Amino acid sequence: MAQVGIVVVSHSRPLAEAAVELARQMLPGSTVPIEVAAGTDDGGLGTDAVAVSAAITAADSGDGVLVLMDLGSAVMSAETALELLDDDVRARVLLSAAPLVEGLVGAAVVAAGGADRDRVATEALRGLAPKQAHLG
Amino acid sequence: MTLDTDALGAWVGEFARAVREHRDELTELDSAIGDADHGTNMDRGMTAAVAALDATPPADGAALLKTVAMTMISKVGGTSGPLYGTFFLRMSGALGDGSPAAFAASFRAGVEGVVARGKAEPGDKTLLDALLPAADALTEAVGAGQELDAALRAAADAAARGRDAVTPSVARKGRASYLGERSAGHVDPGAASAVLLVEAAATTLARS
Repeated sequence: MAQVGIVVVSHSRPLAEAAVELARQMLPGSTVPIEVAAGTDDGGLGTDAVAVSAAITAADSGDGVLVLMDLGSAVMSAETALELLDDDVRARVLLSAAPLVEGLVGAAVVAAGGADRDRVATEALRGLAPKQAHLG
Repeated sequence: MTLDTDALGAWVGEFARAVREHRDELTELDSAIGDADHGTNMDRGMTAAVAALDATPPADGAALLKTVAMTMISKVGGTSGPLYGTFFLRMSGALGDGSPAAFAASFRAGVEGVVARGKAEPGDKTLLDALLPAADALTEAVGAGQELDAALRAAADAAARGRDAVTPSVARKGRASYLGERSAGHVDPGAASAVLLVEAAATTLARS
């Protein structure tokens, strides 16, 4: 069974933590690693590539890491973070274009079930499907 | 004429000073077409960079630029963190022997890093619209055998012209692109701070 880690990158720490709380609600008893890299170190809005690379390292147990981001600098900081990682870790990391909240919930559920990284990534990208199906 | 650690430190210090001086102006430009944080973000990053250099004096010019890079990507918070951070990181890796030609080549490597990171093109109304003409002018002037002070002056003037040339344009990258036509007629904040970077080089490195 794989243990894929997830990293949430957001401008806002409360936003990231609330998204993780929402996802964890679906995962009672699960220990799937979900790390947050969000906000500036003085508590403001912003992203920090060094913090993102540390979160990736913390979430990685060898089976890969999926990174979900909000917008703008979150994406560029995540890309920059890849440059700061060791080659072997970098090779296991995938940055996802999935919507942050929906993608996180979908990814966390399948990651908790032991899915591999590519399966977790696919599920994240399908995150909007239930809402789209419902609204027609 | 060699660009040593002290010279690069003076450049970084002058850029930090100019960013502080123009902080409110940069934020005001960003409030018109962005998220109103460019001046405060850049000031926070460059102030931290100067503090990091003071705390741990770098062994050489490459180490100096790398410290600036790592501080910018960590402390700025906004998109300019990864962009300027990548600029200094790539420059650090390509610094060479400190000759004007090597400096021009490393400056270009930094600008190419910004291209790779931001995926913007000329005319998208970003900092690249100041940095690309500056790199071209610097390369051309140094290649033509001009002294470094004249080459850097040409680069700074080209950066300012590049910034002004895209002011009438519609932004195609970043938060400003959400505004569409409403971004036309506003000075791009990233291009404005990039002019300060090249201007700082012209006022400090030319004395090396």
